[in-house]
Amino acid sequence: MSEPVALSRATALDNNPRSRGPRLRGGARNLSPWTEYAIRRGGGVLLSLAILVVVTFFMVPLIPGDPAVAVAGADATSEQIDAIRHSLGLNDPLWLRFLNYVGDLATGNLGNSFAYSTSVTTIIATKLPYTAELALLGITAVLLISIPAGMSVGILTRGNRRKWLDVAFGMVTGFFQAVPQYVLATILVVLFAITWRILPAAGAATLTALILPVVGLSVGPICSISRVVRRETSTVLEQDYLRTARGWRLPALRLYARHTLPNLLTTALTLAGLILSGMLGGAIIIENVFNWPGVGKEIVTAIVNKDYPVIQGIILVLGFLAIVLNLLVDVILGLIDPRTLGGKRSNG
Amino acid sequence: MAKTPRTPGRRFRWTPGLLIGVVMMSVMVAIAVVAPLFLTSSAETLTANPSQGPSAEHWLGTDDFGRDVLARSLVATRLTLLMTVSTTIMAVVGGIAIGTAVWLAPAKVRNGALRLIEAAVAYPSLIFALLIAAILGQGTWSAVLAIAIASIPAFSRLTANMAASISQRNYVSTARLLGVPGPRIITRHLLPNMAEPLLILTATVFATTLIELSSLSFIGLGVQNPEYDFGRLLNEALVNIYSQPLQAVMPSIMITVTGLSAMLIGDGLAAASDPRGGRRHRTRRQASELPASLRSSADALVEVDNLTITAPTGKELVKGLSLSIRAGEVVGLVGESGSGKSLTAMSIAGLLPEELTVSARTLRVGDLDLLGRNDPRRMATEIGLVYQDPGTTFNPALRMGSQLTEVSRVHLKESRTTAVAKMVKALADIRITRPESRMKQYPHQLSGGMLQRAMIATSLVSDPKLIIADEPTTALDVTVQADVLRQFRSINRERGTAMLFISHDIGVVQALCDTVIVMNGGKVLERLTGADLAKGNVKHPYTKALLAATPSMSERKTELVALRSDAFNLDEEIEEVSP
Repeated sequence: MSEPVALSRATALDNNPRSRGPRLRGGARNLSPWTEYAIRRGGGVLLSLAILVVVTFFMVPLIPGDPAVAVAGADATSEQIDAIRHSLGLNDPLWLRFLNYVGDLATGNLGNSFAYSTSVTTIIATKLPYTAELALLGITAVLLISIPAGMSVGILTRGNRRKWLDVAFGMVTGFFQAVPQYVLATILVVLFAITWRILPAAGAATLTALILPVVGLSVGPICSISRVVRRETSTVLEQDYLRTARGWRLPALRLYARHTLPNLLTTALTLAGLILSGMLGGAIIIENVFNWPGVGKEIVTAIVNKDYPVIQGIILVLGFLAIVLNLLVDVILGLIDPRTLGGKRSNG
Repeated sequence: MAKTPRTPGRRFRWTPGLLIGVVMMSVMVAIAVVAPLFLTSSAETLTANPSQGPSAEHWLGTDDFGRDVLARSLVATRLTLLMTVSTTIMAVVGGIAIGTAVWLAPAKVRNGALRLIEAAVAYPSLIFALLIAAILGQGTWSAVLAIAIASIPAFSRLTANMAASISQRNYVSTARLLGVPGPRIITRHLLPNMAEPLLILTATVFATTLIELSSLSFIGLGVQNPEYDFGRLLNEALVNIYSQPLQAVMPSIMITVTGLSAMLIGDGLAAASDPRGGRRHRTRRQASELPASLRSSADALVEVDNLTITAPTGKELVKGLSLSIRAGEVVGLVGESGSGKSLTAMSIAGLLPEELTVSARTLRVGDLDLLGRNDPRRMATEIGLVYQDPGTTFNPALRMGSQLTEVSRVHLKESRTTAVAKMVKALADIRITRPESRMKQYPHQLSGGMLQRAMIATSLVSDPKLIIADEPTTALDVTVQADVLRQFRSINRERGTAMLFISHDIGVVQALCDTVIVMNGGKVLERLTGADLAKGNVKHPYTKALLAATPSMSERKTELVALRSDAFNLDEEIEEVSP
């Protein structure tokens, strides 16, 4: 569900022409590129976190209706509702509620679930590992398959060779991108669990139960990333520095693994980071089809039950993970390709 | 008033993918229009035949309430398409409005807004959508609103990027200077120039929102009973997946076909707008059948006889060129851009772009026949190459040291330590300061002149017989140019390396070359000695025109004096870039 968006997002990030070629001479500040980078990115991360906190806070006041009624249940008396409203602090002015909210966040207190009598922190702590398991296995599969596949196709079809391979690759990946995740997952269940009965259809009881959800989760991203890698490969293969490497008559492995791969990883990893954070949040579909006990299934239940603290908590945690992953990917990219430290990406 | 240039009218190319996409989408739209008119009753009337298998009356059976599965799948097309179109319109209009408005805002507001958009783009859109769905409650139009709002940041980011690159163009700055009001700049200059990529993006957004909307319905947060779209139908089918797997088939097919057609349209539009589409073939090299036009001289190091280079369109870019270079000779190849001089050089280097066809009677360097396959080791060590733009010659992702020592390590089988030590010395020889630390730097940390001298140094480590230099000074500052030329000169004097020196600047070649070949339109116009050229002893009017076009010969001469002067001193530190 999330990979085509992630794709257009990566393009959004990537469309910005990075500083290629020589940069301006002698900066005023003589900081190391990493220090400068940390200062600049630190600001961005703080801004993202601030937005996240503000948005999740305003979620509850914006919701139509009275949360206290939702907590109390349908047959509560008005005294009970008032008591609950008071205990939830809903009578306090907005700024005080915001301060309390931020203070609670700082101590790791995300409130208590309306529906269950447990803390939101506990719920997330028990559900998140299941989702993380799926997402990490999924992204590993995506990177291990899509980068070699995309590069091979890019290399084999360079200069319009093997037109048929190009067409076939485009059709197969395009088709699997167009199949929605839940359709694919349903097909997987019908084939492997119902018709052939070789894999469990649902639950997280056994290790084999992981196979279908991971496949369902990663097929779409594999197709989109391998398409991107294939396109990037063709672009990199036409660069001047690859002509230089060819002029040095380097063996094929060196030419592609050392001179081509690092230059296309920037885009592939930016995308993969977005897809991983999308997978953490967007495993919702897969978790619902396979009845997987992760945060995705939890948040859908919480929305149906109007269990606002849980919704708030899950959105906060997933948003936080997305910010952290984004930063992590950028640091990895900085290690691979130091030009990305230049900061041209973050301010258009 | 500044006029907005448009891309010159190309004929629109209907790729097969685009055609299939448009046809499939038209079928879907037709179903969406027609199906509800005829099939609503069988799709929505509850009957006494629930959960039946396929029959003549119900091709795909009935659902739990006895409604025809096929009819429901077809009728659902209308709501699905309506929702998707509304979402797409909202996302596109909102995205364009924000993306372009950001570009008209004062710089401070703009930077703040861009940062906000950036931060919003980093969140997974589904989380966004769920948040909005949680606030608005579940239902058709709250799902539409949720997905639309969640798609706006990415779209406005892309629009802002495009607007940024377009607003840097001259005609937009001119319009701004002339005081054209902001909204007018957007409608007259920005939008027409972004139309094509925006259209492609819109097709992509359509495909994405289709899947996202139906996914929301699928998990029960979108369309609610009694309404139904594809996602809702699949949600109902999943409950019965064990007893009635057929119920899931039709909605799956419908949604896949719709999504696929939108993607095909997007890809097709992108391919149609790509001006590079549909060119390129493989380089073919073949021996020419034409008779020899030049007596082959056995003492020539490089021999090119009757070289013809043909473009895929059949146009001859180089027409029967012949030249020879003796050992230790410096041959200059001059001509304006497009004259075929670089193509000639690259065909001798065996590095022509794939799409060109090369034919020649003879094309050899020493005993390497360049019309056939050669040992890469000998090609790498016997021919040294220096390219035009040092800024793009080196791999930006690798440190200088590992690139500069690559030929030594790969082809001369030297250890890393030996190769590095040799390279450090070579860099020091060409007066590059702090060579050890340069080796650890990345190309973007070095100046153009330094990179070019490093390139020359690395092309010399294998002691080649021939150096091919393709406009090696064109991309450099004048002061650095002189130094690089001096480098070539001293290499030739000290090592006796033969050179093929390409330039469009006749002043540059006359200082350096023993023989000068003037090219135009893929043909040789005149062959001269360097001395002839210096005396102005030229015959062909084109060469005379070239000489006349050289700016201020007196200035050039002082430059050349400086070139030969041993006292010439280049201030190294000027070029240094703080790491």
